[in-house]
Amino acid sequence: MSAGDTMAAHGATRRGLFDKALLLHLAVLAVLFGLQFVIGEYQHLSLARVMVLATYAVGYNILFGYTGLLSLGHAMFFAAGLYGAGIGASQFGLGVQESFIAGVFSGLVLSTVIGLIALRTTGVAFMIVTMMFAQACYLLTLYFGEYTRGDEGIVLKGDIRQMVMFGYPFDLTSPVVRYNIAFGLLAVCVLICLALVRSPTGRVLVAIRENEERAGMLGYDTFRTKLFALVVSGTMSAAAGAAYALLFAYVGASFASIQYSILPLLWVLLGGIGTVLGPVVGTLLMFYLVDYASEYTSAYMLVVGVALLILVVWFPKGLLGTLRERVIAWLP
Amino acid sequence: MAKSKKTLITPKRDLITRRSALKGIAAAGAAAAASTTAPGFVRYVQAQTSEPLKLGFQVHKTGIGAAYGRWYERVVNACVGEINANGGIAGRQVEIVSEDDGTDPKRGAEMIEKFATQHGVDIAFGTLFSHVVMGSAPRAGELKLPYYVVSEGYHVSSGALNRYTFQPGITDVRSQVSSMAPWVADKLGKKVTMIYPDYAFGHDHRDYFSEAMKKQGGEIVELIPIPPTETSYTKYFPKIPSSTEVLYHVMVGPGVLTFVKELGEHYGSNRPEIFGFIDSLEAVPIDSPGLEFLEGTYFWEGYPRYAQPDQTPYDKHYREVVGVNDEGASVNDPKDISTYSHMFGCWETLYIIKQAIEASGYKGPKDKAALIEATEAITDIPWDNQHPQGDKVFNGKMHQVFGHQNISQVANSKLDVVHRTSIEDGMYENDTDYSKMPL
Amino acid sequence: MDFGPYLFLAVLEGTVTAAVLALTALGLSLVFGVMRIVNVAHGEFFMLGAVLAWWFSSMVSGSPAIGFLVAIVMAPLVVGAIAVLCERTVLKRINYDPEATIVATIGILYIIQQLALTFYGADARPVQAPVNFRVVFPWFGYSGYKLVVIAASAVLLLATWFVLTRTRFGLIMRATQFDSETAQAFAIPVDRVYAVVFAIGAMLAATAAVLIVPIQQAHYLMGGDPLLLSFIVVIIGGLGSIFGTVVAAIIIGISDGVISVFFTPTLAKILATLLVALVLVLRPQGLFGKTPR
Repeated sequence: MSAGDTMAAHGATRRGLFDKALLLHLAVLAVLFGLQFVIGEYQHLSLARVMVLATYAVGYNILFGYTGLLSLGHAMFFAAGLYGAGIGASQFGLGVQESFIAGVFSGLVLSTVIGLIALRTTGVAFMIVTMMFAQACYLLTLYFGEYTRGDEGIVLKGDIRQMVMFGYPFDLTSPVVRYNIAFGLLAVCVLICLALVRSPTGRVLVAIRENEERAGMLGYDTFRTKLFALVVSGTMSAAAGAAYALLFAYVGASFASIQYSILPLLWVLLGGIGTVLGPVVGTLLMFYLVDYASEYTSAYMLVVGVALLILVVWFPKGLLGTLRERVIAWLP
Repeated sequence: MAKSKKTLITPKRDLITRRSALKGIAAAGAAAAASTTAPGFVRYVQAQTSEPLKLGFQVHKTGIGAAYGRWYERVVNACVGEINANGGIAGRQVEIVSEDDGTDPKRGAEMIEKFATQHGVDIAFGTLFSHVVMGSAPRAGELKLPYYVVSEGYHVSSGALNRYTFQPGITDVRSQVSSMAPWVADKLGKKVTMIYPDYAFGHDHRDYFSEAMKKQGGEIVELIPIPPTETSYTKYFPKIPSSTEVLYHVMVGPGVLTFVKELGEHYGSNRPEIFGFIDSLEAVPIDSPGLEFLEGTYFWEGYPRYAQPDQTPYDKHYREVVGVNDEGASVNDPKDISTYSHMFGCWETLYIIKQAIEASGYKGPKDKAALIEATEAITDIPWDNQHPQGDKVFNGKMHQVFGHQNISQVANSKLDVVHRTSIEDGMYENDTDYSKMPL
Repeated sequence: MDFGPYLFLAVLEGTVTAAVLALTALGLSLVFGVMRIVNVAHGEFFMLGAVLAWWFSSMVSGSPAIGFLVAIVMAPLVVGAIAVLCERTVLKRINYDPEATIVATIGILYIIQQLALTFYGADARPVQAPVNFRVVFPWFGYSGYKLVVIAASAVLLLATWFVLTRTRFGLIMRATQFDSETAQAFAIPVDRVYAVVFAIGAMLAATAAVLIVPIQQAHYLMGGDPLLLSFIVVIIGGLGSIFGTVVAAIIIGISDGVISVFFTPTLAKILATLLVALVLVLRPQGLFGKTPR
C-alpha cells in the first residue's frame, strides 16, 4: 500500500515535518470550533451531530485504516456506549458524567472481550466474526426489551441531561453546550489518533497492516498490538455512542444494526483510509450529500449512489487519501 | 426539480410538494403567494397572518415504512387540498413541507431540526414508526416545536415523551389491544396463543392483551415471539399448543404475507379460531394468492377498509376526497391497496391542528404555548367529515386520543365488520400528565 | 407436535433456506474468488431478480406456471445484463481496487434500491407458484412448491459445478482465480472473464430470488439478508470452494431451523449467530478452505 510506503520513506524527515502536520490538524479543529459563531442555526445543530458521528469514524479508522483490520461489526461498540450511557442514566439514575463513563467503560470491556476472541482470525474471517458478534449484540438489545424497549428505544428525559462540571451547570438541551461537547470529543479523539499514528506503536500498526508476518518476525507482538488497536478503536466508538445518547436523548436498536457498522466504513473510505482527518471529511461529506440531495428529490438515494460512484472513480483512495498520493505526501 | 420529484415517486395523484405547495388552490392563496415572490415587495404588507401556515410533514418515503408513507402522503395532500379550498386554517393557507426521514430515528431527529430552524415550520406532524417518533420527539421538545404524531405506538401516553408531542388522530396500541379482549374471550375462546414480533410493538401487544384477557377470565397458553430478522415462519408453528382455541397474530413488515401463507399451509382446513391485527395486511389485497385460508378469520381494523352497508356520509366523503374506492384501493389503480386502518390518522390530526390553531388564536411561533394549551383543552371529538373514523375522546393530560375499534371477519375475500367497540373498552388509566410540565 | 416430527419439519425448512442460500452464495463466491472483490450490491441483484420475476409473471396471462417459466428465464438474463453494465462502467474503471469497490458497490446498492422503490414501489408483492399442492405428512401439511425449490436448486448447483469443473470455460475461470497475471500471460482474456464472472454471480442470485419469490414475495428491501447470509456462507465454506459453499449453506440453513426447536426464537437466532462466529474462530480459513497463499 502506497500510504505506508510513503510514511516509511519519509520516516527520516518526520521530525522536521512534525509541526506542519500538527499545525494542520490544529487549524482544522480551530475552524470547526470557530464555525459555530458564523454558521446558521440548522448547520449548527447538524454539525454537532456530525461531529459525534465523525468521532465514531475516527475510532473506526484506527483499526481499519491504520491496522488494516476491516471490522463489519463496529456498531456493537457504538451501541455499547449508547446503551451503557442510556441505561445507566435511565435505569440506574446515573448523572451525565457517570453515564458517559459507563458507556465508555462498556465499550472498553466489550472491545477487549471481542478482541481476545475475534483477533484469532484475520482478513475475511475477521470481517464475518465481528459481523456475527455485532448481530448477536443487536438481537440482545431486542431480547432484553424489558430494559431497552427494543427497536422503539428509550428517550432520556429533561432532568437526566443536566450536569455540573467544574462548579458550573451545563444543560445538554442547549445547542451551544451540545456543539462544544461534540467538538471537544472530536478534538480529543482526533488528537489521540494523531498522537497514536505518529508514535512508535502507530508505526507498528502500519507495519502490521502492510505485512503482519514481517512485523511479527521483527519481534513485535502483533496480537497484543492489534488488541490494543481494537480496544482503542472500540472504546472511541463507544465514546461516540455514549455522547450520542446523552446529547440527543435517544437510545434505540437501529444504532446497533448492521447499517451502523457499514456507515463508518463508508465514511472512512470516502474521506480517505488511513488519514487522521479523512473520517471527519467523509462523515461531513456523506451528511451533506444526503441532506442536499433530499432537498431536491425524494429519490435522493439515487443521487447519493451516483455521487459515490463519481467520487470513487476520481478519488479511489478517498478524498484525502488521493490528495496525499498526489499532492501532500506528508499528511498523516 | 419539484416536477421531477413528483413524477418519480407518485405518478398518479397530484401531490403538494414543498416547492409547488401553493399550486392549484384558492385565488386568495395564489395572490398571496404571488406577492411573496414579487421582487421589491415588502413581504406580507397587510398582516403577518396572510403568510401561509407551514406544516412540516415527516414522512417515510424510503426505508421499511415506505408502503405506509406513500398513503400517509396522499391523505395529507388530499386533506390539505380540502382545508385550503375551504379557506385554510384561521384564514391562512396551509403549506406542507415534506421531508423523507428514511424510517430512521437519526434522520428523523435531523428532520425535526431542519423543520424548526431551516424551514421555519409552525408545526411538525405525521410520523408513523415508533422508533422514529422516539428519536425525533426529544428534539421537538427541546426546540419547542409542536409535534403531532400518527403512530399508534404506546409512547406518547406512556409518559416517555414531552409536552410538545401529541397523538390526537389515532388510538394507541395499548388501547386497541385491550379493547379486543372482551369480544375475543366472549366469541372466540379463552385459550389464546400469541404470535408477535419480538420488539417493543409486539411486547405491547403481549403485555396489554394478556392483561386484558386475564380480566375476562381468559388464559394465554403460549407466547411465540418472532425475531425481526426472520423470513420464514413454518418452523415456529409446531410451538402452538393443540389446546389453543384462538391464535392471535400481529406481524408487520414485508414478511407478513409469507407468515400468513405459511400458517395456512401448516393448518390446512383444520384450524383454531384466528384473530389478527390488520397491520399484517395493510396495503395487501385480501384476495392475494395464498391468502384463501384467511376466509372466516377475524381482524382488528382501525377503520374498515371495505365500505360497509351502514356507511356514514363522512366515510363516503373521506374516500372521495382521498381517492379511495369502496374496496379500500386507489381509484386510479384498484390493485393499489391503501393502509386504511392507519392513514385516516393524518386526516384527523390535520383537523385537530386546525381546531387547536383556531381556538388558540395562533399567529406565529410566539403563540406556541397557547397552541399547546388549546390542544390539551380538546375533549370530545364528534363523528363528522373532519373525523370520519368515529367520535373520540382526547385526554389532554396523556396527549392521547381514545376511540372506537372494529373487528371484521374475512368473508368472500372481503372484510365485514362484525363488532364495533365502545370508546370505554379502550380506556385505561395511568399517571401521565404532560400538562404540568413547563412550556 | 411430537419432538420427532417437529425436528423433521425444522430440517425441511432449513433445507429450503439452504437451497436458496447456496445458489446466492455461490454467485458471491465466484465473484469473490475470481475477482477478489466484495460485491456489496450482490443482495440487490437478488432483489432485482425477485422484482423482475413479479413483473414478468404479471405480464403473462394464463397459467401461473407459464408466467413463472418466463420469469425464471428472463429475470436472470436482465439482471446479468445490468451486472455487466455495472462492471464495465464502474468496477473496471477503478481497476477492481478492493476498497474502492466497497464504496462503488454501496453506491450501486443505493441506486438499484432507489430505482426499485421508484418504479416498483414499496409493497411486498406475491408471485404465484408454478405448482400448487400441499404435501400431507402424517403429522403436518407442507407446501409442495418448497420441495420443488429444493430440487430445482440442486439441479442448478450441479449444473454450475459441471460448468466450472468440466468445461473449458470453467478451466479459464479457475485459472484466472488461481493467478490472474499468469492467466493473462497465457492469453486468457482476464478482462472479459471478469465481466462474465460478475454477470454469472448476479444471475445466480437472481435465479435464487425467482425460486424463492412464490414463497417470500418481492420487496425492494429484501436484498439485505441474502447478502449477509451468503457472505457468511462463503467465508464459512472457505473461499473458492463450491463444495464448501454448499455444505456451509446447508449447515447454516439447518442449524437456524433446528436451534429454533430448542430455544425461544430470538435466543435461537443469537445462539446460531454466535455458533457461526465460533466456527470461524476455530477454523479461520473456513471449513473447506486452504490456508491463503
